[in-house]
Amino acid sequence: MKFLRFFLIAILLFPLSSINAEENDKRNKITKNLRCLICQGQSVYDSDSEFANSLKIVVDKKLQEGLSDDQIYEYFKTKYGEWILYDPGINKNTYILWLLPLLIFLIGGAIIYKHFIVKK
Amino acid sequence: MKNKILPFSVIIIFGIIFFIFYKGLEDSKIYTPDVNTKKEIPMFNTKEFFSLENVKSSSIFELDKIYLLNIWSSWCVPCRQEHPFLMSLNLDNKLNIIGMNYKDNLKNAENFLKELGNPYKGIFIDLDGTIAIEWGAYGVPESFLIYNNEIIKKYIGPLNQELVDEINLLIK
Repeated sequence: MKFLRFFLIAILLFPLSSINAEENDKRNKITKNLRCLICQGQSVYDSDSEFANSLKIVVDKKLQEGLSDDQIYEYFKTKYGEWILYDPGINKNTYILWLLPLLIFLIGGAIIYKHFIVKK
Repeated sequence: MKNKILPFSVIIIFGIIFFIFYKGLEDSKIYTPDVNTKKEIPMFNTKEFFSLENVKSSSIFELDKIYLLNIWSSWCVPCRQEHPFLMSLNLDNKLNIIGMNYKDNLKNAENFLKELGNPYKGIFIDLDGTIAIEWGAYGVPESFLIYNNEIIKKYIGPLNQELVDEINLLIK
C-alpha cells in the first residue's frame, strides 16, 4: 500500500517538474537574447539589476499567456526599440553588418580566382 | 598588373574595416531611448497607493487632460532631488501629476511624502516593476507627459528647472 502511494505521488510529480523545466529553458533562452539596458555588456539573463529582474517576470508572464518567442521579442522591440535585441534584423542601420561578410567573401574569392585559377 | 591588384584590394578592405570601426567608436553604447515619439499609453491593472484598492489604468487617465506620470521611489536619491520641482509643477492646475511608486516599501514611501510633500493627484503602485516595463521605462526617476492617452514626451532622469520650464511651455 505504501509503495502504491509513493508510486502515485511520483507519477503525479514527474510531469509537472518537466513542464516547469521546459518553461525555464525557454525563459532562459529568451532572456539571454535580451540586452540589459542599464548594465553594459550584460544580457538580462546574466544581470541581477532591478530592471532585469522585472523583465524576467514579464517574460514569465508572457510565456504563461502563451506568446511565442518571436511575439515576445516583438513586444520588447516596440517598448524599447531594436537595441534591446541581441539579434538585430536587417534595416538601414544594420545592412552593412549583414552584407559586409558577403562582400569580403566575394572580394576574397575574386582575388583567389585571379591569382590561382587564371594563372594556370 | 597582377601584382598591383593584391596590395590595392588589401588597402581598400582595410580602409573599409577602418572606416566601420571608426564609425563604431563614435556610436554610443549606452541605451538612448526615443523620447519624442508619440505612443499610446499602455493598459494595465494596479493598486491605489493609499487605499490599496484595485484600479484600472483607463480610470486614471482621462481624455482631454494633461498628465505627468512620474515614476518614483523612496530609495531613489535623484527622486529626492527632483521632488521640489514636482511640487512647483503642481501649482499649475492644468497639469495632473500622477505618481507611480516603483518597487518600494509602502511605509517608506509614505514617510517620503510626509517629509517632502505630496505633489501627486493620484498614486498607484508597481511592486514588481512590470508596469514600468509596459511603459517602456527602465529606471527611476522617469516622467511621461501625457495628453489624450498619448505619450507626448518622455523625461529620463530627474527633472530640473530647465525641464520644468519646458513642460510649462508645452502645456500652455
